[in-house]
Amino acid sequence: MSFVTRGFSGRRREPDTRLPPGQTLVQDWPVLSAGPTPHVDTADWELTVQDETGTDHRWSWDELLALGVEDVTVDIHCVTHWSRLDMGWRGVSLDKIFEDVESEHEYVMAHSYGGYTTNVPLEDLLDGKAWIATEADGAPLDPEHGGPARLLVPHLYFWKSAKWVRGLTMMPDNDPGFWEQYGYHLYGDPWKEERYW
Amino acid sequence: MTHHLDGNVLAGALSEVFTTDMTAARGRCGGCGHMAAIAEAMVYTDAPGLVARCAGCDQVLATVVDTGDRVILSLAGLSAVELRR
Amino acid sequence: MSAPSVTLGRSRPRPAWHVATVVETRRETPTAARLVLDVPTWPGSEAGAHLDVRLTAPDGYQASRSYSIASATPAGQVVLAVDELPDGEVSPFLVRDLRPGDQLELHGPLGAFFVWRPGTGDRPVQLVAGGSGVVPLYAMAAAHGAAADPAPFRLLYSVRTPDDVYFADELAGLAGPAFALDLVYTREAPAGWPDAVGRLTREALAARTVPAAHRPHVYVCGSTGFVETVARWLQELGHAAADIHTERFGGL
Ligand SMILES: Cc1cc2nc3c(=O)[nH]c(=O)nc-3n(C[C@H](O)[C@H](O)[C@H](O)COP(=O)(O)OP(=O)(O)OC[C@H]3O[C@@H](n4cnc5c(N)ncnc54)[C@H](O)[C@@H]3O)c2cc1C
Ligand SMILES: [Zn+2]
Repeated sequence: MSFVTRGFSGRRREPDTRLPPGQTLVQDWPVLSAGPTPHVDTADWELTVQDETGTDHRWSWDELLALGVEDVTVDIHCVTHWSRLDMGWRGVSLDKIFEDVESEHEYVMAHSYGGYTTNVPLEDLLDGKAWIATEADGAPLDPEHGGPARLLVPHLYFWKSAKWVRGLTMMPDNDPGFWEQYGYHLYGDPWKEERYW
Repeated sequence: MTHHLDGNVLAGALSEVFTTDMTAARGRCGGCGHMAAIAEAMVYTDAPGLVARCAGCDQVLATVVDTGDRVILSLAGLSAVELRR
Repeated sequence: MSAPSVTLGRSRPRPAWHVATVVETRRETPTAARLVLDVPTWPGSEAGAHLDVRLTAPDGYQASRSYSIASATPAGQVVLAVDELPDGEVSPFLVRDLRPGDQLELHGPLGAFFVWRPGTGDRPVQLVAGGSGVVPLYAMAAAHGAAADPAPFRLLYSVRTPDDVYFADELAGLAGPAFALDLVYTREAPAGWPDAVGRLTREALAARTVPAAHRPHVYVCGSTGFVETVARWLQELGHAAADIHTERFGGL
């Protein structure tokens, strides 16, 4: 691509060794949406984990919080090239959720209110690597950012951190979720720039 | 406060795949059966790809992902497309 | 009836990439610029069509945005009008930084749905614009005037102040028996303006547009919020959904 538009630089792109390749640091928090924003009241909210026997493990909002909420500071990397560093989050570790779930399956499909899905290997959700997040930047997650609760898997591109999460289904195979079917990488490691198929 | 545009905005991306303008073509939603011009779909552009949804039922009709050197198009949500000769 | 539209379809120029050279940029409104581009390979376009502008930074970073084409003809030249969004990535560059001689990449012409074609019937046409949303509708009004098409045209145009009218002279020049121009001022009107200043209301829309009973083709363009509100009111006023064509520019 030899064409260059004189004087155009686009949004500021600062190099930073803490940023994966191809990422730009932002201070704000861009809102991405692939559809209408679901508005779910915490009184109606429920998280369901389904194992291979078809058994549903359910948590209401209060039951989720009763598992124990923790504060974490993580970097997030969106596949649309922006990253935020040292972002404060609050949520329930998925280790707590999976304590009660017996499964031989190694993959998980996350389901959201509104129909979104994304696939993640189970091991990427365990050992302190992932949360059901309920707060960010010191405030409850608003619906635009996935509230009342979203998945938080910060070591993968942010499309894996499903907004409005409502269920996790155990899967024998690594079936593709929404973006994974339509062109995005099955795993999505930002440090290896695993953006597309 | 969710923004969407009209299907008109898909014209550029679709012209890379089809030789005719596809926004004037009509498509049937695989979810609710609603028949409308592609230009009348609701398109979400603030996303990792373009996502076109049915104006009747919100079902995803089509997606376009631009990888730089490839364009990946899905029309999986449309059960039929009608093109006027 | 069907034969001419087949011919039209076949003769519509294929979208392609073009290199444009800026001939002139000038203030269109306090927040917008008019860009006159010389594009030798440009085939011309239908009234209402748009194009994608692609900008490339020295490090290869690219941004592209859609802009409606204000000029239907002639081939070889393209006129755009761009409103500056204060925090935008592309529009402030186009409005403030572009100079004569600069080059841009364009992809187009695009869109065969939100267009108006002369000679396609005598049903009236009602245009409804908010702010920069007038750009493709101005192209339609200009094409209507140039073709001396018999379909009655009417434009309802919502702007903040008299200074915010795009193509003010051109629109005033088109106004006449075949083209009625109605302005709604939301912040400030010219001295002695008879109508209330303020946001467009459903009642004002009803009073100053072609009634649904006359079965007009309606084209609505502006920010997403404006288009959504107007399209809903039009349906409440009895216009069939199939008669309402919309082009959302984005935003709230
Ligand atoms: C088919 C089509 C035709 C268009 N024609 C024109 C035209 O003729 N003239 C013109 O000026 N614009 C037109 N637009 C809008 C244009 O494509 C850009 O969206 C606009 O210039 C903003 O780009 P940006 O890079 O400056 O802002 P971005 O950096 O993309 O956005 C900055 C912020 O502004 C918000 N935003 C985006 N678009 C709008 C909007 N239209 N109104 C209010 N807020 C917005 C965004 O959500 C974001 O928060 C058209 C859009 C479409 C889809
Ligand atoms: Zn549908």
